[in-house]
Amino acid sequence: MAHSGTKVGAGRREFKASVFVRYGLDRAFTTLVAGAALVGVVVLVVLLADVVRDGSSMLSLEFLTSFPSQVFPENGGIYPALIGSIWLLGLTALISVPLGVGAAVYLEEYAEDTRINRIIEINISNLAGVPSVIYGLLGLGVFVELLAPVTGGTSVLTGALTLSLLILPVIIVATREALRSIPASIREGGYALGATRWEVIRSHLLPMALPGALTGIILALSRAVGEAAPVLVVGVSLYQTYITAGLFDGYMALPTQIYDWISRPQQIFQDSAAAGIVVAMAVLLLANSFAIWLRNRYQQRS
Amino acid sequence: MSEVSRDQRDVKQKDDGALPGDGLTLGMKVQDLSAFYGSFKAVTDVSIDIQANKVTALIGPSGCGKSTFIRCLNRMHEVIPGARAEGHVMLGEQDIYARSADPVNIRRRVGMVFQKPNPFSKSIYENVAWGARINGYKGNMDELIERSLKHAALWDEVKDRLKESGHGLSGGQQQRLCIARTLAVEPEVILMDEPASALDPVSTQKIEDTMDQLKQDYTVVIVTHNMQQAARISDYTGFFYIENMGDPGRLWEFDETEKMFSNPDRKETEDYVTGRFG
Repeated sequence: MAHSGTKVGAGRREFKASVFVRYGLDRAFTTLVAGAALVGVVVLVVLLADVVRDGSSMLSLEFLTSFPSQVFPENGGIYPALIGSIWLLGLTALISVPLGVGAAVYLEEYAEDTRINRIIEINISNLAGVPSVIYGLLGLGVFVELLAPVTGGTSVLTGALTLSLLILPVIIVATREALRSIPASIREGGYALGATRWEVIRSHLLPMALPGALTGIILALSRAVGEAAPVLVVGVSLYQTYITAGLFDGYMALPTQIYDWISRPQQIFQDSAAAGIVVAMAVLLLANSFAIWLRNRYQQRS
Repeated sequence: MSEVSRDQRDVKQKDDGALPGDGLTLGMKVQDLSAFYGSFKAVTDVSIDIQANKVTALIGPSGCGKSTFIRCLNRMHEVIPGARAEGHVMLGEQDIYARSADPVNIRRRVGMVFQKPNPFSKSIYENVAWGARINGYKGNMDELIERSLKHAALWDEVKDRLKESGHGLSGGQQQRLCIARTLAVEPEVILMDEPASALDPVSTQKIEDTMDQLKQDYTVVIVTHNMQQAARISDYTGFFYIENMGDPGRLWEFDETEKMFSNPDRKETEDYVTGRFG
C-alpha cells in the first residue's frame, strides 16, 4: 500500500476478463439450461398430440361407459378398467398414506439412533429402488396365497395392498424430508409450553410437513396407478363382465387394459389403446389436481 | 394439574416476607447442577438462588454454558439427543430433577423464550391459545389472549388482526408474541435465552420494558450478551466463565447487579463487565 499510485494502476491492468465475454457465457448457459427444460415439455406435447390424434376416433362418453368388446370393438369401452383403477387409486391412498406418514413420523421424531433403526432406515431407502414386478411377486406370495382368506385372493384389495407396498418407501422418504425441513425451534417452542411430543407433532409438525409430503405422495400414487407389472402378477382381470363394487371383487386396470389392446394387431384396438391412454392421463391429472388443491388449502391455513 | 400449581403459588406468595433472610422468597434453588452433551461436561457444579419476582441476568463470554445452564432450569436441555443434567433444581417444594418430576409439567411452570423468535405457523390468536389449550385451560380464552398480549406489550399492535399468521409480524413483534404465548400458560418462572439478540434497538427497548412489567408477577431469568442490558434490567447477575479451554463452564460470581457492575469480588468479573475481554 506504501507505493500506492503506480501499484494500483498496475493492479488494474492485471484484471483482463472482458464483461462482454462473460455476459456471452451467461447467455449461452441460459440457452443451454432452457433447452434442457424444453426437451421434457416437447416430448410430452408430441406424445400427447400423437395419442390424442390416434384416440380421437374412439374417445366419447360411450367409450367411458362401455365394456371392452372383441366382437364389436368399435362399440367397446374402458368402463370396468376405469372403475378398477379408481378403486386401486383410492384404496392404495387409504392404505399407504397413513402407514407411510406414520412410519416417517416414527423414524424422524421418535426413533433413537440405534443399530436396529439404522438398519430399518437403510432398508427403506433401498426398497424404493426395487423393481415393481418384484413387489408383484411378493404380493402374489403373501396377499394372494398366504392371506387369501383375508384378502379374497385376486381381489382389488390385494392389488391395492401390493401397490401400497410399492410406494410406501417413496412416501416415507418424502414425508421424512418434509419433517426434517421444519426447524428444531418449532419443536422446542412447543415443548417449552409443556406440550407432549404427540401434541407438538399433531398441532405443528404434521400440518407444516403436509404440503411437502403431499408432493411426494402425489408422485407416488401417480406411479402406482400407472403400474402394469405388479397388478398383472397379482391377478388383475384382463376381462370381466362386471364392475368392481367391493373390496373382494375382481378388478381391471387402465394400464393392463391398454396393454391388452395394444398387443392386438387391428387398427381399431390400437385406436382404443390410444383413447385409453388419454383416459388414464386424465385420471392422473384429476387426482393430482385434487392433491394440489389439498396442499394449497393447507398452506393457506398455516 | 394447573389448579394445584396455582394454589401452591398463591400459598408461596402469602408467605412473602415471613421467610428469614432479606425477606425475599426463592423462585428456584439450584444445587450442584452439571450439564453434559454425551460425555462432554459443558457446565459444572452451579449452585445459585434465584429470587422470586426479580430479574436474574446471566452474563459471560460465548461458549461458557449460560444457555446450556438456563435450559436445565426447565428440563429443555435433555431435549437435545445425548444431553443430560445432574444435580438439583428446587422449584418451590419440588426438585425438578427428582425421579417423580415430569418434564411436561415442569415446562408449563417454567416457561421459556428463545433467542430466535419461533412463532408457530398459526394465527396470532392460535399462537397464544395453543399452549393454554393443551394444558387444559377451561376459562375464557378470548380474555386470556387479550391479557397475555397486553402483558407482552403487543395487544395494541395486533388486536385488529388476531386471525392473521404470526409469521407476518416483525421480528420484535414475533418475539413479544412468543412472550405472550409463554405467559398464557401462567408459568411461575420465565427463562429468556438472549431474547433480544436478534432484534433492533427499538424492539429491544420494548422487550426490556416488558420485562420490567413481568417481574411483578413472575420470576425472570435472562441470558444476555449485552452488558448494558444486564445492568439496566436485572436485580441479580451471575457471571459464567471458563478458565481454561476445554474446561466446563462455571458460575464464577453471583451477586446483586449493582455490586457486580461496580465492585465485583473477582478480577475476571471486573475485566468482563468493564469490557476488557469477551
